[in-house]
Amino acid sequence: MSAAEPVVRMQDVSKVFTSVDGDRFTAVESLDLEVGSGDIVAIVGKTGCGKSTTFNLLLGLEEATTGSIELLGHDPHTEFDWFRSKLGVIFQTDRLLPWRTALENARVGLEILEYSEKEQNDIATQWLHKLELQGFEDAYPHELSGGMRQRVGMARAFCLSPEIFFADEAFGHLDQSTARRLREVFLELVTETRKTCLLITHNIHEALEIGSRLVILGRPGRVLADMETPTNATRAEMAEFEDRILDIIENNEVVG
Amino acid sequence: MESDAPHTALPPAQAQEAWHSRLLGLMAARKEPIISFAVILVAWQIASLFLPPYLIPSVGVIVGAFVEIVLDISLLGDVLITMGRIFLGLVLAFIIGTVLGVFMGFTQTVEKHTLPVLHFIMGIPALSWVVFAIIWFSHVETRIAFILLAGCLPNFSLIIHDGIKSISKEYLDMLRAMRPTRKQLFSKLILPGMIPAVLTAWKVNLGLAARVVIVAELVGASRGVGNKLLLAQELFEMPKAIAWTLVLVAFLLITQLTILALENKLLRWRPAKQGGMAT
Ligand SMILES: Nc1ncnc2c1ncn2[C@@H]1O[C@H](COP(=O)(O)OP(=O)(O)O)[C@@H](O)[C@H]1O
Ligand SMILES: [Mg+2]
Repeated sequence: MSAAEPVVRMQDVSKVFTSVDGDRFTAVESLDLEVGSGDIVAIVGKTGCGKSTTFNLLLGLEEATTGSIELLGHDPHTEFDWFRSKLGVIFQTDRLLPWRTALENARVGLEILEYSEKEQNDIATQWLHKLELQGFEDAYPHELSGGMRQRVGMARAFCLSPEIFFADEAFGHLDQSTARRLREVFLELVTETRKTCLLITHNIHEALEIGSRLVILGRPGRVLADMETPTNATRAEMAEFEDRILDIIENNEVVG
Repeated sequence: MESDAPHTALPPAQAQEAWHSRLLGLMAARKEPIISFAVILVAWQIASLFLPPYLIPSVGVIVGAFVEIVLDISLLGDVLITMGRIFLGLVLAFIIGTVLGVFMGFTQTVEKHTLPVLHFIMGIPALSWVVFAIIWFSHVETRIAFILLAGCLPNFSLIIHDGIKSISKEYLDMLRAMRPTRKQLFSKLILPGMIPAVLTAWKVNLGLAARVVIVAELVGASRGVGNKLLLAQELFEMPKAIAWTLVLVAFLLITQLTILALENKLLRWRPAKQGGMAT
């Protein structure tokens, strides 16, 4: 990792939800994480271990109960508006606004940034084309397949030229071959931009395919292990590596 | 599981066409309604042969009375006055009701305080409002406006409140991640998100207002369809009573169709309805 300031820094972060009856539920507990500029990190963990909560904390949509979170040296929650156009987010479901066409959905972030209409359309069209959606600019979401909708969602994120990319189970509900193809496209485009990327997933395969670094979360959300993804490993070595990760997740204990 | 192939996608142009034909289908008379109404007309005409004309006038006489109203500028004026009252009342109810509905949608305290009161008001029969209006106000138009407002405002508020509540938090989070201003959030999410509810509210309230306004006009209005109905009743003129009713229904149908056309235009992003239970 470079000596420069980390792009993402979470220190001793916890998130406790309090229900209406006053019951307290700890979703994230003393989570420490640093991500350097340009890193592509996969965060993997069991369903329900607090991945999406961590994601919402990083986006500033939720406030941490304790600890500090900094992205690019700023707090995403208290300095909410500082992050205009800095975060590119891809969600599990496409979250396309149903009353907007593919093009109108892709450009929504540029509208928020008040680009001129021509710039909005030019940039959005360009990204839609890069994502192989030419000819579908004027289609409404319900006229597109799941994979195509997710591509529009990606275009919407890339349009902003954000500093950091976040994806939460972005390929989780697509069939395997579509998911694999979209992962490739996503990785290629993110690598091209040289930006930092945090990919959250419960799918170990996916985590290994995208991340050059792997962070394993236990329940409640805390880091169990943090490792480099092996490169040039043989099939057998890779399988062994996957088994090890599965063991760590199962044991739910911090690995030294 | 969803695959990447655009198998579900109609090319946009074709989808557009599907919409147009749906719209036409809604507007154009199909054979079933024609048959139903023909049966009713024939039955009526037969009944008129056996019953006295002041109870069941023949179809020809009713049509005559109908044409008379439509061709007479002054009589048509009565219809327009009634429609004008409906629209004015609805627009007022819509504006105030929307403001209230939006406030309820965004502020929990307002929601908690207002919701039960609105439901309570919804339970009050229109005729009670008529009585209150007569006691409280002396001016006829004020009475009518009050009755319409009392009848329709809670409905507008509740439907629009519901519409705002149904806007998914997922969309909200998606946009908030991009840090929009409040104004942008309103114009890009809340406003388009509540349009379906607004249209529904207008459709529901138009029918409601038409029924309420006639009752309201029975008390003190010197013009309007309700007043003409009252006159027809006093003079025992059944053809006129029916004709006036038909004229009002016709105008309402035209308005409903206009709203439907507007709906098809504003909500063209919706998937075309698939067949329901009855095929
Ligand atoms: N707003 C909330 N209120 C209460 N509990 C929540 C809330 N959001 C998440 N949780 C709980 O926190 C835990 C972690 O959830 P989540 O972060 O969505 O997990 P993951 O994304 O890893 O599947 C779950 O047990 C979930 O029920
Ligand atoms: Mg999740």
